[in-house]
Amino acid sequence: MPRITAPYALAGFIGLALSGLAGAADIHTKTIAATCMTCHGPGGKSQGAIPSIAGLNKDYFVKQMKDFKSGARPGTIMKRHAAGYTDAEYEALGAYFASLK
Amino acid sequence: MTLNRRDFLKISGAGAAAAALGGCATTAGGARPHVVVVGAGFGGATCAKYLRQWGPNIDVTLIEPNDKFISCPISNWVIGGLKKMDDITHGYDNLPRHGIKMVKDSVVAIDTQKRTVTTRGGSTIGYDRLVIAPGIELMTDTIKGYKDAEAAGKVVHAWKAGAQTALLRKQLEAMPDGGTYLLAIPGTPYRCPPGPYERISLVANYLSKAKPKSKIIVLDSNADIVSKKPLFMDAWTTKYAGMIDYRPSNAVTAVDGAKMTVSTDFDDIKADVLNVVPRQRAGDLCALAGVRDKNANWCTVNFATFESAHVPNVHVIGDSVQSGLPKSGHMATNQAKVCAAAIVEILAGRQPDPIPVIANTCYSATSDSTSGYVANVYRYDPAKKEYVNQPEGGATAKGDELNFTYNESWAKNIWANVLG
Repeated sequence: MPRITAPYALAGFIGLALSGLAGAADIHTKTIAATCMTCHGPGGKSQGAIPSIAGLNKDYFVKQMKDFKSGARPGTIMKRHAAGYTDAEYEALGAYFASLK
Repeated sequence: MTLNRRDFLKISGAGAAAAALGGCATTAGGARPHVVVVGAGFGGATCAKYLRQWGPNIDVTLIEPNDKFISCPISNWVIGGLKKMDDITHGYDNLPRHGIKMVKDSVVAIDTQKRTVTTRGGSTIGYDRLVIAPGIELMTDTIKGYKDAEAAGKVVHAWKAGAQTALLRKQLEAMPDGGTYLLAIPGTPYRCPPGPYERISLVANYLSKAKPKSKIIVLDSNADIVSKKPLFMDAWTTKYAGMIDYRPSNAVTAVDGAKMTVSTDFDDIKADVLNVVPRQRAGDLCALAGVRDKNANWCTVNFATFESAHVPNVHVIGDSVQSGLPKSGHMATNQAKVCAAAIVEILAGRQPDPIPVIANTCYSATSDSTSGYVANVYRYDPAKKEYVNQPEGGATAKGDELNFTYNESWAKNIWANVLG
């Protein structure tokens, strides 16, 4: 595999900050979002008790992730997930899911 | 030196130039890259879907011998009588709508030099990238007498969901009240770490209601419960007290289907229903492609791309991968997404995400109305070359009704992810 260079990694992080639309989301964000959908359903639309997350307001999404992480919002599984991601990833994922109808 | 597409991309670094690479033997016309995925389970079907979604210029062929997808997750619910086989059996009808070419066949040969796979039906199919997702191979020859007893229907593993799942359910229904169900658990690593303990819980749930004089003997090759120990211990001591005889560090060495006994290093044990799960290794397809590690059971990969450490242009995902990651259906689908994303980037002449993040979520039922979970986020560390478990990951200590509803919802959503 080609060696990953520092400028590339940096570009990835800038991509996180700039991406606003699902179609334009960088590959890092798209891949994480796709893993969220394993539980929350394809396109963020869930069947059954797990909530849908498609179309959530971005600021609301980011605040929920922070509150799950801190424990301010009680939950079951989400504290364990929220703790695994960075604030920049919360922002990028929030923008991504907000863009899904 | 022969220049293959991969070398060419390294040198040119341009997808447009790659598109002009005419005469490439592995693609029709050479204009559109072709990815062949072998195995349409959780990993393979998901990878095929996301390759098409993220790489609409990529042709994807998915090769699978079975007509239907039968889910291992929730198959313990069938064994415990909570669900029917129909509930865990799904068609592949939606996959062609994503532009995936489905081929119902088995792969019998892989030429990683010429980059072709050959099927039992006689087709030879070229690839630019090959993804192998065969799941596990059960090493039945490590237990004396297993194959004969299995052929006679006297012992089952039911560790690949299918006919044996239904057979085990029938055997439990036919067992008299006061009978003994025996489950033998292989040493790690094996598919679905909490799976055996969920199975014990759901069989106990059934027997405690339908045949309360019955016993469950558990022979665990491992020194202790491998996954979600507090969750299962809570259920076994509060809901099924006195029913489960759990014996750690007991590996089954032989099975006798005529006498209905199993042997360990310590003694021979008789039971009415023998459910012995053998040790496992990467699917034999991995050996065929030369990607299974020498003198070992699993396949070492580059975790940023899931490309084999041994053979270029061949990727391995799911249970067959050598890693510290749990061998779960959920993990296979998420590895599939990282792999698909990486292949799309590579084929376009870009560099893949250097720091992918994947999560595992796994629910286990402890009764017909309670479940618990384990959840972890793993972040790839390019310096360590491994996925690092992030803080706060872990399992619930007690099952409850809310998590049971999430467990059911999780199954519907992951099936929709893989097959929808």
